Order: sequence, then C-alpha cells, then structure tokens
Amino acid sequence: MKVTLKIWRQPDAASKGAMHTYELDGVSEDMSFLEMLDVLNEQLNGKGEDPVAFDSDCREGICGMCGLMINGEAHGPEVTTTCQLHMRSFKDGDEIVIEPWRADAFPVVKDLVVDRGALDRIIQAGGYISVNTGSAPEAHSVPVPRDDALRAFNVATCIGCGACVAACPNGSASLFMGAKITHLGELPQGQPERDTRVVDMVAQHDHEGFGGCTNIGECTAACPKEIPLDVISRLNWDLHQAMRHGH
Amino acid sequence: MTDMPDTTLTSDPSHDAPADHGDDAAGYYTPGAPIADTKAPGGPIDERWQTRKFEARLVNPSNRRKLDVIIVGTGLAGGAAAATLGEAGYNVKSFCYQDSPRRAHSIAAQGGINAAKNYKEDGDSVHRLFYDTVKGGDYRSRESNVYRLAEVSTNIIDQCVAQGVPFAREYGGLLDNRSFGGVQVSRTFYARGQTGQQLLIGAYQAMERQVAAGTVEQFTRHEMLEVIIVEGKARGIIARDLVTGEIETHLADVVVLATGGYGNVFFLSTNAMGSNVTAAWRAHRKGAYMANPCYTQIHPTCIPVTGAHQSKLTLMSESLRNDGRIWVPKNKADCDKDPRDIPEEDRDYYLERIYPSFGNLVPRDIASRAAKNVCDDGRGVGPEVEGVRRGVYLDFSSAIERLGVDGIEEKYDNLFDMYARITGENPYETPMRIYPAVHYVMGGLWVDYDLQSSIPGLFVTGEANFSDHGANRLGASALMQGLADGYFVLPHTIRDYLADGPFEKVDESHPAVVEAKQAVQDRVTHFLSTKGTRSVDSYHRELGNIMWEYCGMERTEDGLKKAIDLIRTLKDDFWRNVKVLGTAESLNQSLERAGRVADFIELGELMCIDALNRRESCGGHFRGESQTEDGEALRHDDQFAYVAAWEFAGDDEPPVLHKEELVYTAIEMKQRSYK
Repeated sequence: MKVTLKIWRQPDAASKGAMHTYELDGVSEDMSFLEMLDVLNEQLNGKGEDPVAFDSDCREGICGMCGLMINGEAHGPEVTTTCQLHMRSFKDGDEIVIEPWRADAFPVVKDLVVDRGALDRIIQAGGYISVNTGSAPEAHSVPVPRDDALRAFNVATCIGCGACVAACPNGSASLFMGAKITHLGELPQGQPERDTRVVDMVAQHDHEGFGGCTNIGECTAACPKEIPLDVISRLNWDLHQAMRHGH
Repeated sequence: MTDMPDTTLTSDPSHDAPADHGDDAAGYYTPGAPIADTKAPGGPIDERWQTRKFEARLVNPSNRRKLDVIIVGTGLAGGAAAATLGEAGYNVKSFCYQDSPRRAHSIAAQGGINAAKNYKEDGDSVHRLFYDTVKGGDYRSRESNVYRLAEVSTNIIDQCVAQGVPFAREYGGLLDNRSFGGVQVSRTFYARGQTGQQLLIGAYQAMERQVAAGTVEQFTRHEMLEVIIVEGKARGIIARDLVTGEIETHLADVVVLATGGYGNVFFLSTNAMGSNVTAAWRAHRKGAYMANPCYTQIHPTCIPVTGAHQSKLTLMSESLRNDGRIWVPKNKADCDKDPRDIPEEDRDYYLERIYPSFGNLVPRDIASRAAKNVCDDGRGVGPEVEGVRRGVYLDFSSAIERLGVDGIEEKYDNLFDMYARITGENPYETPMRIYPAVHYVMGGLWVDYDLQSSIPGLFVTGEANFSDHGANRLGASALMQGLADGYFVLPHTIRDYLADGPFEKVDESHPAVVEAKQAVQDRVTHFLSTKGTRSVDSYHRELGNIMWEYCGMERTEDGLKKAIDLIRTLKDDFWRNVKVLGTAESLNQSLERAGRVADFIELGELMCIDALNRRESCGGHFRGESQTEDGEALRHDDQFAYVAAWEFAGDDEPPVLHKEELVYTAIEMKQRSYK
C-alpha cells in the first residue's frame, strides 16, 4: 500500500522544527510501523537526504525506548508500543502524522527523538528499596501474599516509555510515578521507605517541569502496558499519609 | 523440556575425524602458546570460591573513593556491578548507548532465572545445577566458573526479593518455581513471562540509588569506541556522546565490559536493534582474546521472517513446545494450502517421527536444525522470502481438543496475543508458524576465574564473556549468570586487582590516549567522507545472510571457507563504498551503525575461522562432517576439549589460536543422545 507521511523534522534541540511530507509506496501490512520508517530511511539515504532519527531498541514492546505520536495518539491507534504496531492497522492511501512525544519535560533531541532523562531522575529520588548487595535476608523469610505480589507485578510492568506524559494534556508523569509507588508499596520490603519515597519522587517530578494530575485519564488509555488509573489514587493516598506523618 | 539420558562416551574410531582433516583451518590462523586460567584455586571444587574470596586482597574503604571504575553496559551484569561497586564506595562511571540504563536488552528475557534453592525439595542442589549446566554446555565450559555460578545462584534470589522484584508466588506467600529448559527439577524463579524485565528494573533501581548517592555517574547515549591501554593495563575508554558527537576521554583504574552478546552479526536475531560487538571487538583488537566465537544459540520457536523489510525476530517461549505439535506437509504441493485443509495423513510430524522418545521436546539445536532441513527440502510453509518458505507449523489443535480453549488461554494467552499482533493470524484457529532465530552467543571475550580478560585491568561480565555456558546454554541461565557476575563475583575479584591502585595518574596528553582518540576520530571521518553508494544496513543484511547460510545451524568446511571469502570481499567493499550522510557533530544513527557493522564484519570472519577449526559438533555448533551415522552431533573430546582463545594479530594477519585445555575433576564427560 501507499501512505503519505507527515513527519516532524528538527535538526537539534536548539533549532526550529517543521513538518515534512513524504510519500511512501510499497508498504506491506506485515511491516511493523518502525520497519516502515526503516524503509523510508533507506530511500532517503539513497536520495542523499538525512534519514529521520527515531528511537527504538528491543522492538518487542518491552524496553520502552520507542515512542511516537501517531495521528495525535501516543503509540498510535492500538494499545501497544510503537514497535509492536503494524501497518495492517492502516490502509492504502492513509495520511499518517508522526510527531515526537510532546511535553515540556521531554525536550526534543532530534526529529522524533526526545530526552526522557527526567524519568531516571524521578527514580533516583526514591524509586527503589535500599538494600545493599549481600545484605538481603533469605528470600523465604518474608512471605508475601500472592495477591499482593500479583498487584505489585501488574504495575511493575511499566516500561518507562513516557507515553502517559505525552498523552496527558498537563504533561504529568503521575501514572509513571504511581506505578512505581504502587509496585514498591504493595510489598512488605517497600514499607520502611514508603513515606520518604513518595515525598521525594513527587518533589522531583514537579521540579522537572511535569504538570499536575487532573484525573483526565488519557495516560492510562495510552499506556501500552495498561497501567490502571488507580495507581494515581494510591500515589495521592501515600503522599497524604506521608504528610500526616510529618514529612 | 524433559531431561535427556546420558550414554557414557564410547569413542567410535570410525566417526573420528581422519588425521588429514585434523586442521581444517590451516592457513587461516597461526598456532599460539597454550593458555590457562591461573586464578582458580585448586582443591575440592566446592571450596574454590570461598578460597578465592579469602585470598583476593581487600581495598581499604577509605581508598575506594580514590579508585575509578568504568563499567560499559547497564544490563544485568553491568547494572548490578555498578550498583554493588557504588555501594562499596568506589567511584563508578557507567555507560550505555540507550537513553536510559533501564533499556538494556536483559529486559527482554522471558522465561526465568535458575537458582539452586531446592525449595521444592525435589533433589536439587548446587552440585546438580552445576552438573546440569556443564552437561547442557556439552562439556565445553570451565568447571570452576560453573560451580561458582551455581553456588551464588541462591544469593541472587535473596537479593532480588529484598529489592522488591515481584516474583510469582504460591498461595502461602512463598516463591513459586517451575521446571524449565531441559531439567527434571523445578528451580526456575519467574515473574510471568517478563522475568528479565523485573530483574533488570531491580538492578536499575539499585544503580539509580547509587547515582543519587553520588557514587555512580551515568552516561546515557554514550557509545564506547576504544579502550585505552597504558603500559599494558586498561586505563580508560574513548566514548562518543551520541547526541553532541563529541569524542570524550574517560580515564580510570579499571574497565569493565558488560556489553552483552553479538548475535546481531546475523543481522536478524532476537537481540535489540542496537546490540553490538563494538566495545568487545575494540578490546579484542587491543589484545583481549576472543574465546569460542562460533558458539551461537539458535532458538527454535521464533516468529518467521515475513519479507525483506524484516528488522528483527521475536522469540516466543519454548514452553509452547510442551503442547504444540510441529509439522510440515509431506508434499511440496501442499505448502501454500490452508493448513486446516491438509489431512492428517499428509502431514509430517517430523520431530515425532525422527525422535520418537522426545518428539517435539528435543533440545533447541536439534529442533532448529530439523526445521531448517525440512525447509531446505522445499517443504517449508508461510510466505516465500527470497524464493524459500522458511516456516514450520506449531499446531495446538490437539491440545485445544484436550485442554479446551480456556486451558490453552490460561497457559499461553500472552504468547498467543503476541503472535496474533505480529502476524495478524489467530493461533487458536490456524496453526502458528515458527522458525529458528539467533538468540544468544556463548562465545565472548576470554576471561580467567576472576573475570579478567587477557588485558590486565579489563574485566568482562555477563554474555560478553565466554566462561559459563560452554557450547550451549540452558534456559533461564543467562539471567543467572548476568546477576551472578554483577552482584556477587566481580565485586570480589576486582578488589584483588584494585588493591594495587590507585594507579599512577594518566594524563589526556599521554600518547596512548591521543592515539586511541585519534583512531576513533579517523574512523568517524572515514565513514562520513567515503560518500559511497550503499547504505550501512545493506551491508549488514548481506553479512547476516552469509553468516546465517554458512555459519548458522549447520557448518561445513566448504561453506565456511566460502563464507570467509565472501566476508573479505564484503569488508573491502564496505570500506570503499559505504554511504553515511549527516555530520559528526550531532545525533547520527547511520554513523553509529556504520561503526558497529564494520566490527561485525571482522567478527564474522573470526567466527567462521573458529567454526572451521572446530571440526566437531558440540552444543550449538554443528559441523556437517562430524555426525553419527544417524545424523546426530558427534563431539571429539580427544581433539577439541579446549577453549579456542583467539588473539588479534593485525588487520592483514591471521589470528593466533591459544588453546585452554578443559579439565574436569568433578564431573565425567558424556556424549548425549536423544533418540
């Protein structure tokens, strides 16, 4: 099939960007979306035009490196990552608008590549359990109820792609943060640092320029791992408790 | 998978390689002096690690912050090491090419992680895990290293649980285990089909905690392009900032490579797009020996290639073979028919036919080779790619009859969904199509028991080294090795080296630094100024085709010699005719790939030479000339019970082969059989 691609091109963070239009023929429905862009890039390279820069690594939906706004939707029309989106979700003659993640806290590096370092810094602020290597007790010394472990796992599947931020009109990373708060907060091992974790992570989140949550829910709709919206309630609850505890 | 019976090795002289074939690779290499691991203590195997930990010298806590440690790679092996060495108080610099340490490809591992906890009380023990790993590696690994791996495996689970890794649990709240990858005990810990992700996030969080504490400095979107050797010791790296293009010098007292495997030499593999050999290969060119590079693991249950646009392959857990039946049509004429219209009597369930006792559960290499054989025979299914249908059916219809759709859903729902998303076909209604793909490499940089390479001060951990898996790796053992190396082995062995530090300060104007930086600059300039006609990817694809065809599931003397010629021609053309656009001073993904492909081409040649030299079949390495009368792999312990450690001798010089003899004191070598 044949598609018309409107792609955001921006040479670097300092330069102004603009939408460019490309016609691409011979697209097969078995191609992944990123393979379609690979084909475009081979053609651009052949013509002596700079290929479109975009991030991807595992291309199996787990590393979180890829992420594009496709026709205004983070990761496009299916509930999956950009790398797992296939061209069979489009049809011959479609016009496809491709932009980078849009958020103040994710500055554009080049074309469709953004800097998501802010998410690492939120984790650095408290998204862990403090246990030095070698100091751990025997694994069976603390049983964890199966349902708690399962709930922790379900939200620990967050891949840190940033789609929640890109989809949010406020550019909030609350879903990302709530997933980590919930993952660690569900487990007995996560209790000692529960108050400081939420306070420090939220402070870092706000410092990075992410917006606040107003319960719109676009984040969870865009999340390729279907992290539920209630992790944000959990985040707010934990923050409230921490403040009551004098943090 | 079920366990395989052993038959004690009976050397049948009729199958031994004739003397005149004893040196297939003559002319392709130079024989070198034998080498040996000098670090593993002697004595009983179960005391060696304790002895080594005691004998390895300590570094005073107040000295640790004066010692700079560079760690390249942030997967399980690199991330765990960065966290642990940071906690110990060393001054750590961590590098990754991705935008965050959490992207490293350990994240994609599905199945689980082995540990000899014996929670099931089913007869598991450190010794049994050791035994299974050596046997699974077809007696081509170093026994001291493997024993230690089994020994520290239990600590890994404790550590990960304490970090909050949400492993699967039973109703009583204790950890669940499953049987995995060809063993009879249940020792695999798992987090649904995303164990690698959960373990990596644990290591990543531990590392980020050290970033906050100021002991670890992380450099994302940085690619190591050269190692700096001063007076025979590794003293730093040259890295390119992939965003600004700046070529940076980073100096240290010790360098650790945790840079993963090189499966992308085949272009198509289950590796991530960016997985590459460059860090390891640059070290190899500076004196680090590359060991057993031909040992490649090919996984039988991947989703087949659909066309020339294919950029990577996706693995599906081989647990699918527990219930799926593998077949192809008996008649070539049926290959493009709807499989549901092909009657039972016209189907060839070839694994069940050839291997009646193990059927669809034969080991990975046998299942893979059998699939290739039926497709080469013209009976493959699915789309034709370059004139051949490369796929076989994995059929669940009888399992659905037996267990119902609900039963299958419960066991395999996420895999069926993944398959449907990628192929657009519903595997509940029509058989899946699968084909083997390159998944893991057992070969890697040679290391001693301390995980130190042949360059003093250069340590290598995880998939990037060669030591633990021999010629084949058991399922759920890659995660175990990465974390064992990173959390529990390297932090102890590296201190013995660092006890002599801090080493004399190296200045950026030192000739070795200037030379290394210039070499990187020259390569960048060359790629951008060549202005040829072919894209980097087109070379990579061609290299991949050569490797897959001649150095893939079955290797022969003629094929490998042909491959070496083809690779040499390709290399020559690549350096004259590659086309890389853009500039050196910005994010330039073509430029990044050009450097990686240049190194893959050189590695590919060495892999072929290694495969040519090893005229035996062992583990993932099958030589057509070395098989039993009924087509089974035939090892030659009398000639090849050694590690082939290759030394780089110069661009136009054949590599030098150093042999490390493999001695087993705690285990008896046996030949396997699957019939």
